Amino acid sequence: MTIALPIRILLASSFLLLAACGDSGSDFSRPRETRNQPVELVLLEDGRPHPAVLAEEQLVRRGNGEEPQTLDPHLAEGVPSTHILRDLFEGLTTESPDGDVIPGAAARWNISRDARTYTFYLRRDSRWSNGDPLIAEDFVYGLRRSANPETASNSAVMLLPIQNAREVLAGELPAEELGISLLDEFTLQITLTGPTPYFLGMLTHPATYPVNRRNVEEFGDQFSRPGKLVSNGAFVLKSWKPRVSIELEKNPLFREADQTLIERVVYLPIEELSTEVTQFRSGGLDWTNEVPNNQFKWLQRYYPDELIISPWMGSYFFGFNLATEPFVENPELRQALILAIDRQVITEKVTQFGEQPSFALVPRGIDGYVPFSPEYADWTQEQRNEEARRLYELAGYSSDEPLRVEIRYNSSENHKKIALAIASMWKQVLGVNASLVNEEFRVFLQNRAQKAITQVFRAGWISDYNDPYSFLEIFRTGRRRTKLSSRNCGCDAILDEVGTERVRARRERLMFEAERVLLSDFVIIPIYTYVTKRLVDQHLRGWQNNVMDHHLTRYMFMLKTREPEAEVPAAKVEPEPELVPEPELVPEPEPQQGVNDVPSSEISDDEDMDVDGTSGEIQAEVEAEQATRTRKEGKGL
Amino acid sequence: MNQEGILRHSATRLLGLIPTLLVLITIAFFLIRMAPGGPFDSEKVLPPEIRANLDAKYHLDEPLMQQYFRYLGQIITLDFGPSFQYKDWTVNELIARGFPVSLTVGGLAMLLAFLVGTSIGITAALRQNTAMDYSIMGVAMLGISIPNFVVAPLLILVLAVYQGWLPAGGWDWSIQRMILPVVTLALPVIAYIARLTRGSMIEVLHSNYIRTARAKGLPGHLVIRRHALKPALLPVISFMGPATAGLITGSVVIERIYSIPGLGSYFVQGALNRDYTLVMGVVIFYGVIIILLNFIVDLLYAWMNPKIRYDEVQ
Repeated sequence: MTIALPIRILLASSFLLLAACGDSGSDFSRPRETRNQPVELVLLEDGRPHPAVLAEEQLVRRGNGEEPQTLDPHLAEGVPSTHILRDLFEGLTTESPDGDVIPGAAARWNISRDARTYTFYLRRDSRWSNGDPLIAEDFVYGLRRSANPETASNSAVMLLPIQNAREVLAGELPAEELGISLLDEFTLQITLTGPTPYFLGMLTHPATYPVNRRNVEEFGDQFSRPGKLVSNGAFVLKSWKPRVSIELEKNPLFREADQTLIERVVYLPIEELSTEVTQFRSGGLDWTNEVPNNQFKWLQRYYPDELIISPWMGSYFFGFNLATEPFVENPELRQALILAIDRQVITEKVTQFGEQPSFALVPRGIDGYVPFSPEYADWTQEQRNEEARRLYELAGYSSDEPLRVEIRYNSSENHKKIALAIASMWKQVLGVNASLVNEEFRVFLQNRAQKAITQVFRAGWISDYNDPYSFLEIFRTGRRRTKLSSRNCGCDAILDEVGTERVRARRERLMFEAERVLLSDFVIIPIYTYVTKRLVDQHLRGWQNNVMDHHLTRYMFMLKTREPEAEVPAAKVEPEPELVPEPELVPEPEPQQGVNDVPSSEISDDEDMDVDGTSGEIQAEVEAEQATRTRKEGKGL
Repeated sequence: MNQEGILRHSATRLLGLIPTLLVLITIAFFLIRMAPGGPFDSEKVLPPEIRANLDAKYHLDEPLMQQYFRYLGQIITLDFGPSFQYKDWTVNELIARGFPVSLTVGGLAMLLAFLVGTSIGITAALRQNTAMDYSIMGVAMLGISIPNFVVAPLLILVLAVYQGWLPAGGWDWSIQRMILPVVTLALPVIAYIARLTRGSMIEVLHSNYIRTARAKGLPGHLVIRRHALKPALLPVISFMGPATAGLITGSVVIERIYSIPGLGSYFVQGALNRDYTLVMGVVIFYGVIIILLNFIVDLLYAWMNPKIRYDEVQ
């Protein structure tokens, strides 16, 4: 040991830093690990993978973000829980790999002419994992439990379209009064308060799942423990070690167990994004929940085939507090601030993951809806800046008397960068003196809701279900789900109409009108629409990108590893493109889409994709006109 | 050592635990509730009906003082209640699962730090002002200065990702998964203990009784082992009390980077999520641990240092 050692370490670490900062392909920033390549996917005639290409061990390890809050479907909130519950349980409807709503526990359904009564016909051969037959009563029991005030479910929001749900939740009516009735052992009827075209999608949400009555009554609030939980989905709960792992096993009694290829799923709660990446790189994960924003360029360069980016149903925006100065009146000022932001720069230089710059509230690609596009959306940024300066002066501000404003956000690297970019754009274009205030999340939420000290605040919305209404509803004055808007945007009446409109085209026109009214009042500063970003091992197939980001494990499978004919030297990592051709045999949508397939056009393709595969033989009988389209459903933040 | 004195001392100390804890509970209880925002706030505001149900279930609709006394009554039976965030588990269960992990990782790290730290500290002290001494102390300084969150990812990158010798993270009670977190946790402590040991060892070596021992012709290693070691370790022991408490209650940084299910994250996540019961449970648990460890250090001290005795002195 010599004195030179510390210096050497210092030198080495500064070199590392340099290498990480520089964009050069220096050897230091190159990954040193090798990744195995899978064999080519070969499909059978029925679209299933050829047994010869499947890995011997059908195990998938999925990074799942934070520790799930619960595995009681009716208490579930938050993405981590719902991912797992979608594997454990099955609702009346379920989702195909591309996110379309398809028959689940119900083989088919009828919708009444006024679109308010749904009759579901259950499959007669379905069973619970304990062998009990799955009957309509289980759903009645489940929905009533979910709505019962004693259950205190916070995802019961999903039940609100059902008749009397609000009264039952408020404790004004007994749970038996919930608009759901048993017609016979395998038939049940659900009555809604109004036509709700996205209702079928909502039925894929855990809050509407059945639970096994015997199971719940025997174990009480401990029924969701491993060894106790009885479920009706493709997998059963094998073990749950808090903050270590949740392991599921294939459920041999599931109705399509013969088509489920994965034998074991391990969900790993990993809070730290960079830890997920290192675990993926060292072979401990097949699927990450997310990847850190600051590693985008590096991942894109060295993991081009593993890095999967896809549009997600969420909007990122900033809001004005209309209850305090300077934004109480003054639409010109608000418009000027909206115009003076170069969204292209934010998505390309700051967030970098292919987010779509946006001037509207509703993301493009939601179930065919085309969002309102203000005329300035088509201008060049110079034109927008020009107009912004004009409006800014009109509002009474100038370089001598600049606007002073606070941009408030909850502490996060990303929010900070974006707020910083916005502040500097406002400064550059208009001369606005904007200061940044960051707050811990709960403090931020409280300040935002109280509307006393906030001026400009960060906001975001990831949809609960695949319908524009989910976004517009935020800005209702009554019964609003966020406290974003403090005054009637003028869209309440229109949104009321949306709630009762049965004709799809008219309903869409109304929603478009509501969005137009909202955006023309310049209440929000739309920035971009979200994408999902993750690393997926190339062995893992069978899943598809979808805007809801729901990926049921039962469609997945692992490919065999390619025989190491020519061992790749340790330093050589970049997979050669010809090693993984998209097989021509794939008949339907390709099982996997790479980073290059991201652009917005893909979102709209979503509608045309065929729902097929696993449930081809079942035809859903659908009477009402709008129900010929299947809908998707969403998740909370 | 006087047995009776020790017992009496222990009893007083343990009784003193109760008022300390009561103060701790009271402060923590009102502090966490004074923090803005509540456990059920999120980006999506709940409809009032649903919010009311949740508040009723967790008694948040009661007046604060009533909640406080309800809580006191509850913890007398050692029941910390259900977690607000991890709804399927009680706080007792979460602590019972998290603490063994933190205890193992922290305890091993402390053991490693103690063995390595004292050895290199003594080595440096015996070769005072040589190149060896300087380089050991230089590296130790570096060990203290480089934070965990820099060391951990570097270790993962080199040993797990590049070399593939060890797993990058996760937990299954296997030795392989413990190595990296234990080493990362131990590094700064090793450095600290080494510096402490070196300092006090040099001091002891210059004292009169050591000179006497040497003058009597006792061999060097025996002088060190029999006479110098115990007094030289005294400052290390008093450092180890709070340091051990810090290590075995879990480090958030280490837990997040290596994805280890220890106690530290429950504390921080609990506070961020306003998971009142979880935060309170962990705070009380920490309080007990820290008080107990200080107590053990006191006893150790008495055993090692003839100057301190807990019996009545005339």
